[in-house]
Amino acid sequence: MKSGRSQREKRRFIAVCTIPTVVIYILIMVVPTINVFYMSFFKMSSLSLEKKFVGFDNFKTLIGDGKFRQAFANNIFFIVSVTAITIVLALFFAALLKQSKLKEKPFYQTVFFFPNVLSLVVIATLFIQIYDPTKGILSAGVKIIGINAPMQGWLGEATSARWCVAAAMIWQAVGYYMVMYIAGMDGIPKDLYEVADLEGMSGIKQFFYITLPLMWEIVRVTLVFFIISAINMSFVFVRLMTPTGGPNGKTEVILTYMYKQAFTNSNFGYAMTVGVFVFMFSFVLALISNAVTKRDIVQY
Amino acid sequence: MSKGKKLIFRLILMVFTLIVLLPIIWTFYTSFKTTTEFLDNPWALPKGINIENYKNALIKGNMVGYFKNSFVTTLMSLAFLLILAVPTAYVTARYKFKFSGAISLLFMAGLFVSQNYIVVPIFLMLNKFQRFLNQYVVFEHLEITNNLIVLSVVYAVCSLPFSIYLLSGFLRSIPKEYENAAKIDGCTYGQILSRIIVPMSKPALVTVIMFDFMEYWNEYIMAMTLLSEKKWTVPIGLANLMEQQKFATDWGAMFAGMVIVMLPTMIFYAFVQKKLTEGISLGGLKG
Repeated sequence: MKSGRSQREKRRFIAVCTIPTVVIYILIMVVPTINVFYMSFFKMSSLSLEKKFVGFDNFKTLIGDGKFRQAFANNIFFIVSVTAITIVLALFFAALLKQSKLKEKPFYQTVFFFPNVLSLVVIATLFIQIYDPTKGILSAGVKIIGINAPMQGWLGEATSARWCVAAAMIWQAVGYYMVMYIAGMDGIPKDLYEVADLEGMSGIKQFFYITLPLMWEIVRVTLVFFIISAINMSFVFVRLMTPTGGPNGKTEVILTYMYKQAFTNSNFGYAMTVGVFVFMFSFVLALISNAVTKRDIVQY
Repeated sequence: MSKGKKLIFRLILMVFTLIVLLPIIWTFYTSFKTTTEFLDNPWALPKGINIENYKNALIKGNMVGYFKNSFVTTLMSLAFLLILAVPTAYVTARYKFKFSGAISLLFMAGLFVSQNYIVVPIFLMLNKFQRFLNQYVVFEHLEITNNLIVLSVVYAVCSLPFSIYLLSGFLRSIPKEYENAAKIDGCTYGQILSRIIVPMSKPALVTVIMFDFMEYWNEYIMAMTLLSEKKWTVPIGLANLMEQQKFATDWGAMFAGMVIVMLPTMIFYAFVQKKLTEGISLGGLKG
């Protein structure tokens, strides 16, 4: 009798705890996600929401869409350049702080991590000011070493615009990954390094033969983060720093293109086709990077 | 390690310290410059402390109003998040029932969904709902799309997967004995959660609140899509100041605006800096 009541009480408790959350989650996150896929098969223009089923037509248009292809290529550029440079810098600084055992290590860690807590809007605004042809510090800075800044500004020049946006993304991310890599290095037993020291192994060799193999799993996990955050961050940065998509569309990325299709052209169905592409692309890329970087985990 | 090597290491680290700090220091002192001073060398320090820029940003640029909106939205989002996430995380982590696996999986899958793609369907859905409501006289003045409460709910729900993931991991590590003892003492299930589990999971809750606070305070895309001018949050207000200075050349107000947006996060960072980096190291990973 008592256990029956307790059982009922437990069931009611579980229901009260889960049902409201699950319902609201389905409504606000699951349904819109399904809708991204569903809407990609329709032609929908304007907010009147008149829609016409067009099958895979939107996807066919997407393949032939030159502007989309350019945006996609730019996205690849951001993923590759930001990941490569950030990973090298973050690992380098992590190893430097770890090996040197400086007493001011916490200071560097605090400073390097700081950009990560700033709003992306602040960072974008800050870099726009830095790149400004007249009142920015970059032009004034390079003048000292005799280089003339581009007339239309660093963000207006086709060759420099993408790198300028990438630089802001790297500035934001290095500290975050450095902290993660330091944590990974903290997990490596000290005696390995003591032995290596006795054997006369150089610091650089120790990094490649001990540190990197033993924290490879963490590097792998961060690769997936890099892919996802490069896609999402480039959206905010490009939208603010080069609202028109940069000189000759040199900085347009897939998410800014999606947003324009939706809210500038009211082409909601097509925008969601782009959305489906981003979704699948980031997923597949994460899987590929996971498969390619798979190594036997080194035991210690 | 030799002294010479340490010196080289320090030099390298100082260079990057400068790269990080210089732009921020530059923003701070530039925010006190007068319009004529902007025409001088960008590196030059201002001649005096000119707070006119701050007045312009706060009042003409309405940063005061946007600040209030951001504050209210962030607090409400955190409240909604805790109410929604804590009980669900607790139940799915500690009890085995028919749907516990399915629910966990559903939230895990959400880790792969970014706000940035679902912003369009969410906007359309709220719009549809708005039009539906406006057919009725009672709801004539009810705004759904331009509503800070609705935005807060959307924020809270979008951070559920990450928050539940983090909380469940922690909750699973609490020994069963505490709950058994409380049950013998006659606690109801609700009391076990509120009196035993919540106080014990303080470290995990602090981590969740820290990350989500920054997420909500700094968010831009969703807020920009759902809100119109009077309801804007601080990041949109700043983006707007930047747009305006292109035509009005009120550069000072924009630099002041940047400082205004940065200051709360800086103060926040000063307090939780250590916990924040620990949270990341402990696998409190945000995507």
